Amino acid sequence: MSTHRREGFVLAAAVGIVGVTFGVLADAAGLSLAQVVVMSALVFTGASQFAAVSVVDTGGSGIAAVGSALLLAARNALYGPVVARLLPAAWIPRASSAQFVIDETTAMASVQETDDDARDAFWWTAIWLWSLWNVGSIGGALLGSVIGAPETWGLDAAFPAAFVALLAPHIRKRPGQAAAVVGAALAVVFTPIAPAGVPLLVAALAVIPGWLVGRREAAA
Amino acid sequence: MSWPALIVLVVGAYGLKAFGVLVLGRPDSTLGARLEPLTSLIPAALFAGLIAVQTVGGDETVVLDARVWGVAAGSVAVWRKAPFVVVVLIAMAVTAFVRWQT
Repeated sequence: MSTHRREGFVLAAAVGIVGVTFGVLADAAGLSLAQVVVMSALVFTGASQFAAVSVVDTGGSGIAAVGSALLLAARNALYGPVVARLLPAAWIPRASSAQFVIDETTAMASVQETDDDARDAFWWTAIWLWSLWNVGSIGGALLGSVIGAPETWGLDAAFPAAFVALLAPHIRKRPGQAAAVVGAALAVVFTPIAPAGVPLLVAALAVIPGWLVGRREAAA
Repeated sequence: MSWPALIVLVVGAYGLKAFGVLVLGRPDSTLGARLEPLTSLIPAALFAGLIAVQTVGGDETVVLDARVWGVAAGSVAVWRKAPFVVVVLIAMAVTAFVRWQT
């Protein structure tokens, strides 16, 4: 198995276990099994799903749940231009591919050297991730509280650490370094003062300092 | 959660992804081509933001806990060019250990 397929599987396996947590939480928040299945299969963007069920769990309205979930999902729109050239050109396959444009698939695709590898990495990650996320969520919803807290196993650090590995190729040059440093700083600064999801949208603005650094380098 | 709310979420979540691919990522878009120097930096900016939020983010607060040690250890593993699965396992093990110790 090629490296990126194996890495896609590892990432998906960790996400699948997080999916179990999601299922447990959704069940506790009063979602039916059918709702968990629909959400994981069709919403398919983890952070948003967690946000929605935790708002419902704490007694928030459906509007509040959907609003906070969509704020977190908004960054997926920004991934579109990053992976667009890898997706099929025909309208219906292209529109269907969009369902799989999320953090993990964009990241695995964006660290490959060639477009062929990037396409392969995108789809294998998508297949593994979608399958294991759904199996995990259903398992969690059915098993409920039998499983202990995933924090005990340090799973909450698995995702950010995986993304350090996926960030590494993007910060080899100065513009990427500038974008990453400013992006992380903006996300941290906005975390205590803005609703979840907003800090990452603000972080996206860090492409501007990155671009300015690149332009100054080109001019020098 | 009501079914109508869930359906709005399904449509909205997909709509955002589709907008990204079909509108912002249109292959013939001159806007897309002109924005390429910016969009190529999106992974650097967003993944760094994502790492920060997932490492120190709490419920609308910044929390420094065992995750910081785990992600730091994972980062050293990345720097030492460890395989992906090793990076993830080191981060989990260190986080679990620090949490167990405290």
